Amino acid sequence: MLKLENVNKTYSEHQALKDINVTFNPKETTVIVGPSGSGKSTLLRSLNLLERPQTGLYTIDERTINFAEHIDTATTLWVRRKTGMVFQQPGMFNQLTILGNVIEAPIHVLKQKKDVAITEAHHLLEAVGIGETADRYPYQLSGGQTQRAAIARALAMHPSYLLLDEPTSALDPETEAQILRILKKMAEQNESMIIVTHNMDFARYAADRILFLEDGRIDFDGSPNDFFEHPNERIKKFLNAFKF
Amino acid sequence: MWNFIATYAPQLIMAGIKYTIPLALISFVIAMVIAAFVGVMRSYRPQVDGSKKILWRLFQSLLIFYVWIFRSTPMLVQLFVAFYGLPKLGISWLQPSAWTAAIWVLSLNTGAYASEAIRAAISSIPATQREAAQALGMTDSQTFGLIIVPQAARISIPTLANSFISLIKDTSLASVVTIVEMFYLSQQLAAANFEPLQMYLLVAAIYALFVTILSFPQRYIQRWADRFIK
Repeated sequence: MLKLENVNKTYSEHQALKDINVTFNPKETTVIVGPSGSGKSTLLRSLNLLERPQTGLYTIDERTINFAEHIDTATTLWVRRKTGMVFQQPGMFNQLTILGNVIEAPIHVLKQKKDVAITEAHHLLEAVGIGETADRYPYQLSGGQTQRAAIARALAMHPSYLLLDEPTSALDPETEAQILRILKKMAEQNESMIIVTHNMDFARYAADRILFLEDGRIDFDGSPNDFFEHPNERIKKFLNAFKF
Repeated sequence: MWNFIATYAPQLIMAGIKYTIPLALISFVIAMVIAAFVGVMRSYRPQVDGSKKILWRLFQSLLIFYVWIFRSTPMLVQLFVAFYGLPKLGISWLQPSAWTAAIWVLSLNTGAYASEAIRAAISSIPATQREAAQALGMTDSQTFGLIIVPQAARISIPTLANSFISLIKDTSLASVVTIVEMFYLSQQLAAANFEPLQMYLLVAAIYALFVTILSFPQRYIQRWADRFIK
């Protein structure tokens, strides 16, 4: 379980997160939606400690971190191992093959044996549909293949939660659909995922739960059915923006 | 003309093999160690607080000072300071021989320039890769050593190769601290045979030959290092 209590994050003058209180349950797919600049990515990155909110508590697996206090390196690394992250720009390691990208962290962070890591990496690459790319370098992959490789790389660390920050925003619609199908399949297999996306169809059909953020606050927290039928004018306006 | 080349070229080439090439190779190896250390340390941003942060900043200031002093003063002056100036301090270990003075000045000077090339190469690696490595739970040093440095090394190869070429030519400055390297010998020979134009053109040609031969491996190193880019 991931739990944020009274979390606040400010960038100089701008308050990106305002008194956030939310719990993310295991085996649940949560989709975070909201307008640009509403704090979605900041919230997600705070869960991986890539962002450090100034105040609030963060509980992960019975361990509570106080954002107002110094967070030591060991704790930071522990949290990051628990919360795998996939970004809009995947940040593939260009000097390594796709297989190398997937096994690098398991070998050096988890201290996995190389042959074990390689076997598992091949399985993961097959699972995301790019088994044939193992020996290629990142520049030889399409955008969609690269994003799948990034998902495999994150999964190789066996994170308790997979965090995805707009993983399909830079992709064409067809490739986006391919990636979202993979994520939907993972959701059906009860992977614990938190996904920031603008794709409302995905939110409707794959999410167990939707969070709607507006101006750094959680304005809605509930099921997809409730969200898409919500009477709130602001949510209606947000959803109508996707219609032509 | 061919008679002139046949007479003097062997002597100059021997001086080059005996002095110029060892001076360049030894200095370059030391310079690369210095450059890698300074370049990496100047780019490294450890997550430290309090007194450790102050110490780290002091250390970085020292490195910045080193780069500044060696880049903003002529190498010729640095050689004079090292060979003629330091012994005046009366400190025994600060009385270098001509060879030691030349090697240290060439190494420190080249190291200062090359460290900037390495630093620039490190900063050119996209921040997304650093962030992805951190998100995977890698430590700062793992991120740096496993992800950033290997790519920065490839990017810095052409600039470092340029540094090496400059260094080969800069060894001619060692003549001012009494090392009888190729250029010093050519000066002596020109003074004896009163043929300065031919002699200096010949020594220039031999420098060009050395540079061409010694920079030949760069092509293969670059091709190998470029295997993971378009």
